[in-house]
Amino acid sequence: MELYGAQIDSRLLLGTAQYPSPAKLTGAIKASGTGVVTVSLRRETVAGGSGQDFWSLIQASGARILPNTAGCHSVKEAVTTAQMAREVFGTSWIKLEVIGNADTLQPDVFGLVEAARILGDDGFEVFPYTTEDLGVADRLLRAGCKVLMPWGAPIGSGQGLRNIGGLRSMRAHFPDVPLIVDAGLGRPSHAAEAMEMGYDAVLLNTAVAKAGDPVLMARAFAKAVEAGREAFVADPMLPRDMAAPSTPVIGMADLA
Amino acid sequence: MQISVNGQTREVNATTLDLALEELGFTGGAIATAVNGGFVAAPARAAHPLAANDQLEVLAPMQGG
Repeated sequence: MELYGAQIDSRLLLGTAQYPSPAKLTGAIKASGTGVVTVSLRRETVAGGSGQDFWSLIQASGARILPNTAGCHSVKEAVTTAQMAREVFGTSWIKLEVIGNADTLQPDVFGLVEAARILGDDGFEVFPYTTEDLGVADRLLRAGCKVLMPWGAPIGSGQGLRNIGGLRSMRAHFPDVPLIVDAGLGRPSHAAEAMEMGYDAVLLNTAVAKAGDPVLMARAFAKAVEAGREAFVADPMLPRDMAAPSTPVIGMADLA
Repeated sequence: MQISVNGQTREVNATTLDLALEELGFTGGAIATAVNGGFVAAPARAAHPLAANDQLEVLAPMQGG
């Protein structure tokens, strides 16, 4: 998979928040086989505080860094956060979140397009957290985005793909754009479903971090993503309304 | 003078951003700074003046989804 010219081996992008311990986070990153992890910026409480330990841990993982603008509700906040992230993390990649609603954490798509344009003009490679709306997707592409990340369901909800028809339409409408389902997945079957539909990758966090055994769940998601991808490439059969015998009828004995 | 540092009121003598960070103990590690909502890149800190009641944000890597 190629994202902004970078070859990425794993189609599972993993968040780094909410793990019960740094050891579980490290184990989950390894078990997932991910090549891209998401990170954020927050206030440093004391000089040389916990942020530095976390950063050392992430650097040691060897994964590519995708900083986010999580929690930003305005274009200005998101743009400033992206600029700060680029300096700290040394990457022009940014997972752009402009939140429009505090309860659902759905994106403010108007602010998202505006921020994407500003950041794109400033040399960022933007991964926009968006909806499955085709008009918004088109605006984001015109703003310079080369990857789109529609939500599966509200962040952290674990509901899976809430609008399968919409996601199918998006995949069909933008066959050549890398599409990553970001947010809302709860189980490996959700990830497999997205991959079977032809999505290029999935990005998830809570489903792994909040599992009883995050490391085992990371491995389960990795298998599901791989299985879903292979199923898509293998071109699944179409469903039909009536039964069709799989065992040959010709040659049946007359035993009635 | 008093400035706001990550939402907390602090007294600093320094009048430039780089010296204020040193005075506040942010001497190493991966941090990024913003003053009054605007990003100040590391190379620009020495030339960035601070005034009373400025709002300084010092951010560091953190877990994220």
